[in-house]
Amino acid sequence: MNKSLPKVTIVRTGSANMASMMAGFIRVGADVNLTDDPEVVFDADALVLPGVGSFGATIKRLYAAELVEPLRQRILEDRVTLAVCLGMQLLCAESEESAGLPGLGVVDVRVERFDAGLRIPHLGWNDVISDPAVSLVEPGCAYFANSYRLADPPAGWTVATTDYGVPFISAMQRGRVLACQFHPELSGTWGSDLLKRWLDSSCRPEEVGSC
Amino acid sequence: MLKNRIIPCLDVRDGRVVKGVQFQNLRDAGDPVELAVAYEAQGADELVLLDVSATAEGRRAQCETIRRVRRELGIALTVGGGIRTVDDVRWLLEAGADKVSINTAAVDEPERIALMAEQFGVQCTVLAIDAQLNEAKTGWTVLTHAGTITANLDVLQWAVEAVGLGAGEVLLTSWDRDGTQSGYDLELLRSVRSAVNVPIIASGGASNADDLQQAFEAGADAVLAASIFHDRHFTVNDLKAQLASANVEVRT
Repeated sequence: MNKSLPKVTIVRTGSANMASMMAGFIRVGADVNLTDDPEVVFDADALVLPGVGSFGATIKRLYAAELVEPLRQRILEDRVTLAVCLGMQLLCAESEESAGLPGLGVVDVRVERFDAGLRIPHLGWNDVISDPAVSLVEPGCAYFANSYRLADPPAGWTVATTDYGVPFISAMQRGRVLACQFHPELSGTWGSDLLKRWLDSSCRPEEVGSC
Repeated sequence: MLKNRIIPCLDVRDGRVVKGVQFQNLRDAGDPVELAVAYEAQGADELVLLDVSATAEGRRAQCETIRRVRRELGIALTVGGGIRTVDDVRWLLEAGADKVSINTAAVDEPERIALMAEQFGVQCTVLAIDAQLNEAKTGWTVLTHAGTITANLDVLQWAVEAVGLGAGEVLLTSWDRDGTQSGYDLELLRSVRSAVNVPIIASGGASNADDLQQAFEAGADAVLAASIFHDRHFTVNDLKAQLASANVEVRT
């Protein structure tokens, strides 16, 4: 049996929190590498699309690096993918943050800013209300840092929600693709457990426990 | 519901955590990695790591300290102290900070706040304000250079300007209360709270759960404390248990 570490490939989005994301996966026993190679992005066994910062700047970098198509394709083909924070928003058609710039468009919704009356950014720990249908996300408390959010569940995805004045989508899952508005890598043991579950989902059934 | 946060602060000098009042008479308080791990296990919601090194070598050692802490830490890490340029911010983020706080560098050149927010996002752009009651006792003045220089700048005006430029959070330290364990400066907190609508971390003066509760009620989203944790008066979870029983929303 192959006892090598499970491999995680993180897309080099130019985002600011790479060190935390890498450390989060190393702590759960993964072999982490970074890439901005379109072929590797498409082929990786388990791919993470991280992101903090602005929607517009990041999507422009993804287009410039020719990563938009491979990302879109692997998600449509249900390859194991985790999109985090801005990464989740990048899956959408567009964002109020950067009007006129299309996102990956695998989710046909528009990302909107939290209502003006709320304290923005939404920063800190908040409850995640999940459902067994979102098999990778247990109910719990997660760490957030976002000013924009998905208001409504996208068609075809199961969702977890969080309340900040109004409920918003804090995670969504479709097959082997998971997107989280919160930061699992900064959500303590609850977050590490989530990363571990997602990583396990990247193993084919016959390999579980050995890859 | 969004939780009120408790944030232990590690003042780090030349790779060791130190404690003292207003950076005077510093005493050793331990290894940053060991303390960071212990505080996460105790229920800390985030950590703040402030560089109080006196020397250039000490500051250079800070990146290595952050790397070491990052490897072990599963919660958010804010780093501050001695940051001069936007490139410094980038190095700290690459070393493993999630947020970076700037004070003197922002006062010297407010445009740095906008640059940081643009390049790294508002959520990682933290404005640190060291506030001191002014001589007429009519308001608060901004201090820079670790409290050694009085800037000709009103705290409330500065907070509004900096948030307008892109600061996503304010780390508000009462220089009058820092190290005194006489409670947070609630007047200062209420004033800044009514001036800006971004998260505020209250700092300076914590001695017990009542102080924390009062700070949250005065408008703080998070409270920072150092000596009550280093001196083991309480664990973070001790304080959270007391706050929860007083119906303050905390992550337990």
